[in-house]
Parts: sequence; structure tokens; C-alpha cells
Amino acid sequence: MIDNHILPAILLFFGPSSLVSLSWTDTFIIALYFAFVLWIGYYLMRYTKTGEDFFMAGRQMTAWIAGLSFVAANLGSLELMGWAAAAYQYGILATHWYWIGAIPAMLFLGIVMMPFYYISRTHSVPGYLKLRYGEGASLLSGVSFGFMTVFMSGINMYSMALVMKVILGWDIHFSIWVSSLTVMIYVVLGGLLSAIFNEVLQFMLIWLGALLVPIIGLIESGGWSGMVARIHSNFPGGDYTHLWSTMGSFQDNPMGIHWTGIVFGLGFVISFAYWTTDFLVVQRVLAARDLRSAKMAPIIGAGFKMMVPFIVILPGLLGLALIPGLVGEKEAIATGGHSYNEVLPLMLARYAGPGLLGLGVTALIAGFMSGMAGNISAFATVWTYDIYRPLHIKLSHTEEKDAHYVKIGRWCTVVGVLVSIGTAYLVQQFASIMDYVQALFSFFVAPLLGTVLFGMLWKRATAAGGFWGLFAGIGSSIGMWAWVKLDPGALRIIALSEHAQDMAENMYRALWSWLICVGVTVVVSLLTAPKPEAELTGLVRGCTEIPSEGDMPLIKRPIFWAAIIFVIFVALNIIFW
Amino acid sequence: MVGQRSISIWFFIGTLLLIYGITIFIANVSDYFWPSAEHTIILWNLHFGIWWGALLIIIGSTYFISFRPWKKK
Repeated sequence: MIDNHILPAILLFFGPSSLVSLSWTDTFIIALYFAFVLWIGYYLMRYTKTGEDFFMAGRQMTAWIAGLSFVAANLGSLELMGWAAAAYQYGILATHWYWIGAIPAMLFLGIVMMPFYYISRTHSVPGYLKLRYGEGASLLSGVSFGFMTVFMSGINMYSMALVMKVILGWDIHFSIWVSSLTVMIYVVLGGLLSAIFNEVLQFMLIWLGALLVPIIGLIESGGWSGMVARIHSNFPGGDYTHLWSTMGSFQDNPMGIHWTGIVFGLGFVISFAYWTTDFLVVQRVLAARDLRSAKMAPIIGAGFKMMVPFIVILPGLLGLALIPGLVGEKEAIATGGHSYNEVLPLMLARYAGPGLLGLGVTALIAGFMSGMAGNISAFATVWTYDIYRPLHIKLSHTEEKDAHYVKIGRWCTVVGVLVSIGTAYLVQQFASIMDYVQALFSFFVAPLLGTVLFGMLWKRATAAGGFWGLFAGIGSSIGMWAWVKLDPGALRIIALSEHAQDMAENMYRALWSWLICVGVTVVVSLLTAPKPEAELTGLVRGCTEIPSEGDMPLIKRPIFWAAIIFVIFVALNIIFW
Repeated sequence: MVGQRSISIWFFIGTLLLIYGITIFIANVSDYFWPSAEHTIILWNLHFGIWWGALLIIIGSTYFISFRPWKKK
């Protein structure tokens, strides 16, 4: 139970102007959640002794735990609120980011790429690049990932604090410090093991807290058909409930994007880049206890990811049906009305009584903390193993004991959280930093996919090819972004249409930078001497013996489950065409 | 090492959901027997809190019992 003297002190931070007000039951539910995550971290501390325990969770995770953690690390609260808002703005088109923008890539990771990540026994994606291409590509990717991860974490932290201020009237400093210090404590204590276990808990809470909105919303609107009828009545002429039928041209859909941008830009480059090379999510799968679990984890994750639109997109659509009239952020500020960015909390406040509101808010906080723990634990691993360790060995010519790296990992966690907090305050002062850092993050992911993919599937790719391909891909991405910033008219050249909007720019910029990375990698590789095949064993297709699953019953084979998930994915796209 | 852990993550999850379920159930059951004059939420007459609380109790107690650390192996 909560101390009676502490609670009023906490409640002092609650301002008078907020979307909802919490009862004592709600506050108890939120406080209990914080107590539990800290208890889990404290309990797991005794099992986190070695570097393998701290950074890789002992490589003992079952497929289910690794799979749930894989999805939870991506399921941040801003993701929940942001995509619910996008569904209100663009309709069901937002679902593309959950289906074509995730499922094929997750299945590809599990079936094609995971064997190489797992068999190489790497501890990170930059670690794989070091084994495959050497120090150059590894350091470039490690340093960029390390900085971007903590910066992004800080931006998410600030956005989360802002959301809590709007919804609950909480003080921004209170939200930033309490949530980030809680994450810091449980990751410092239990490392990746604690982060993963808490992510599984957070995954359950996100579902159980957010699920009531679509269920009651569907009851209120008279089921799916009733909801669609209300949307048509509220927005005559607009099409908010079809996934593909409006994608034939840029001007037929509210996103201003063509199906080629969605299929090739989002469905291939951006999605594959994020789900197969972003170490934040890949780290969870590397912690699996054997190769089969490592292959199954992204497949299980894909199954759950496919269901997420039910708790994210559907509330946005229900908002269109039941609370029309929400406007953009600027208009909302000018008129004193509500923005569509608040659609999820508005729906929560519409249905959630005592306790349920606390559970819904806990789901949002859990989403934020799972995303932040993912960032911080990945940052600690990359910084310790891919940046600190090679530099330390180079400068001191000595290899330290395992305990030394665990200590550095714990300090990296503290530093990572503090830098994130600093970034959050920086963003509070200079809001435009948020756009720049988000753009900065997008510069790296698409080219990195080209480098990793060709490293795994093409044995002729060389160290120079890998480094210069990555370098050229990042450079071209920055160049295109700067070009559009200086001359907005350049968008029609990059996105191949004068009707293209901002969303299309990201898709096509990713596509071009990936193609440039691949082109440079191929040309430079063909001009330079390849590595001997013996050095590529365990890293590249054709040089690696992948254990056969032939003696396994069909029902236990990852490929069988991947096929089932893929069939459901295709069926869903046809149903909502 | 991880393999020697005596408490499963599912036990933690079960315990938390069980406490949540009981709390939400009790908080909402009073409204069923003594409805307040003013309701600010839509479809309050469905008493969704009671159902959701009961669901959490069922899920929580299932995990709590199945993964209790004192269970004989």
C-alpha cells in the first residue's frame, strides 16, 4: 500500500487543467506498477553477474519471452498515441506501418537473417559488422547508433512528459525524473535481463490497459459496420476505411502517397532497415537460448504486431466515428479545442471508470518505459563492446576482465539516462532540435540495411565496399534532406510527383539512399580484394552451415509458423483492401 | 545465472494482475449496488469495470497459481 504522507506530496504535482482526473484507485494502480518494476529489477540483480548476463540476458530467453520483448521494445507510448492520432488524421492507411511496414521484415529477420546473427555469436549489430567488414563500418554504425539512441530516448521522454502534462496535469520535471530514474535503476540492477522481463510485464499491461477502448467503442458505435457508417456520415466523400484502393495516385488519399512508396519505400527499405538492423529490437532476439528460439521470436513478435492496430488504429477510427471535430495541434491551441493527438486519452476518458483509467494511464507509462529501457540497454551494450572496448584495447594494449565491462555497462546505463534527460531539457528549450534529431536517425537506418544485407547474402562484399557503401548511403540521405530543406520544390524530383507530401519524402529518400549504398558497396567490392572464404564462416550465406530442421516435426518448424503468419497478413490486406 | 531463478516472470505478472483485478473489481462493484447520481463516462450502465476487474482476477490468478515459486516440481 502507498504511504499516506507520500501520496498527497505526489498529488501536489497534479495541476488543475487536465483532460482527466485520477481517483485514489487509479493512483494506487500507477504507484503499484512502479513498485513492481523496481522489485523485478532488484530480484534479478543477483542473477546478473557476468557480461553475458548483463548485456545478453545470459542468452537464456525462451522464444515467447524474446518475442514479446521484441515487440514491446518498439511499442512505446508515443507509438500508441501517435498512431491513434495518425488513424484519426489519415484513417486506416496508418495500419500500413503495422502490417506491410513490419510483418514481412520481421519474418525475413527470423527465417533468413537470424541464423547469421545468432551463429556468429555477436552481441550487437555493429559487432556483426566488425566481424564481417572490420573496424571502419562497425565504428561508424556503433557511434551513430549510440548517440542517436540516447537522443531519441530523450526526445521520447520529453514528449511523454508533455503528454502526461496534457492528460493528467502532471509537472513535466516530475514525469521526466521519476520515469527515467525508475528505468535507470532497474536496468542498472538487472541489465538486459531486467529490461526484457519488465518489457514482458509492460506488454501485458499495454494490452490490458488499452484493449477496453476498442471493445467499448465498438459496442457504442454498433460494431464495425456501424462505425464505418458513422465515419461516412461525419466525413462524406472521404475514404478512411480502405487500405489500398485509394493508393493508385498521390492525390486520391489523405497521405499524398503512391502505392510504390508504401510497398518499396516503407514495406521494403524502411521496414526491413528498422526491424532487421536496429539493434534496439535485434538485441532482444540475440538473447534467445538457441537458434530455433531466435528464429521463432521475431515470428511470434510478428503475430502480436499484426494485432496491435486493434488497440492503436481502431481507437483512432472510433474517434472519427464518435468524436468528430478534433483538429490539428496549432488549430487546437488557437481555438482552445482538442487536437487529434489527444484522441487516445479522450477515448480513455470517455469509457474508463475508477481503476480502469489508472490501468490505461499505466499502459501509456509502461509503453514509454519499455521503449526507454530498450534504448538504454542497447546503448550500454554498443557503447561498452563496440566503442569503449576496441578503443581501450588500442590505447592500453590490455584486455580487461569480464567484471570490468559489466561495471562499464552499468556506468553507461547511468550516463545514457542522464544524457537522455539532458536531451529532454534541450528539446524543451529548442523544439526544432526534435525534428533535426529525428531526421538524423533516419539518415542511418536505410543505408545500414544495404550494408548488413549484402554482408550476409553476398560473400564478394569487401571491408572497403561495406564502409564506403554505408558512408555514401548516409551522405546521400543527408544531401537529399538538406536539398528539400533549402528548396521544397526538390520534393517532386525525389518523390517522383508534384503531388507528393512530407510522408512520401521519407519513403523515397530511404529508397534512394539504400540504392546508393548498395550500388557503391557493389562497385567498390568488385574493385577491391575479397576476404578469404574461411574468414566468412558463420557470417555469410554460402560459407555457413545452418543446422537442418529436417528432423523436426512440421509444427515446431519456424518456417511453418512464418508461412501461417504471412497467409494471415495477406488475408487481412485483402479484407481491408 | 538465469537458469537458477526461482521466481518466473509470469508469477510477477500474475501477482500484479491479480492485485489490479481485485482493486478494480472492488472500486466498481460499489457503483453497481449504490449508483452515483452523476456518471461522467459513456455506457456506465454496462459496469465494464466489474467485468474487466473479473477478467484480470482470472488471468492474474491463473498465472499466480501456475507459476507460484513454492509449487512442488
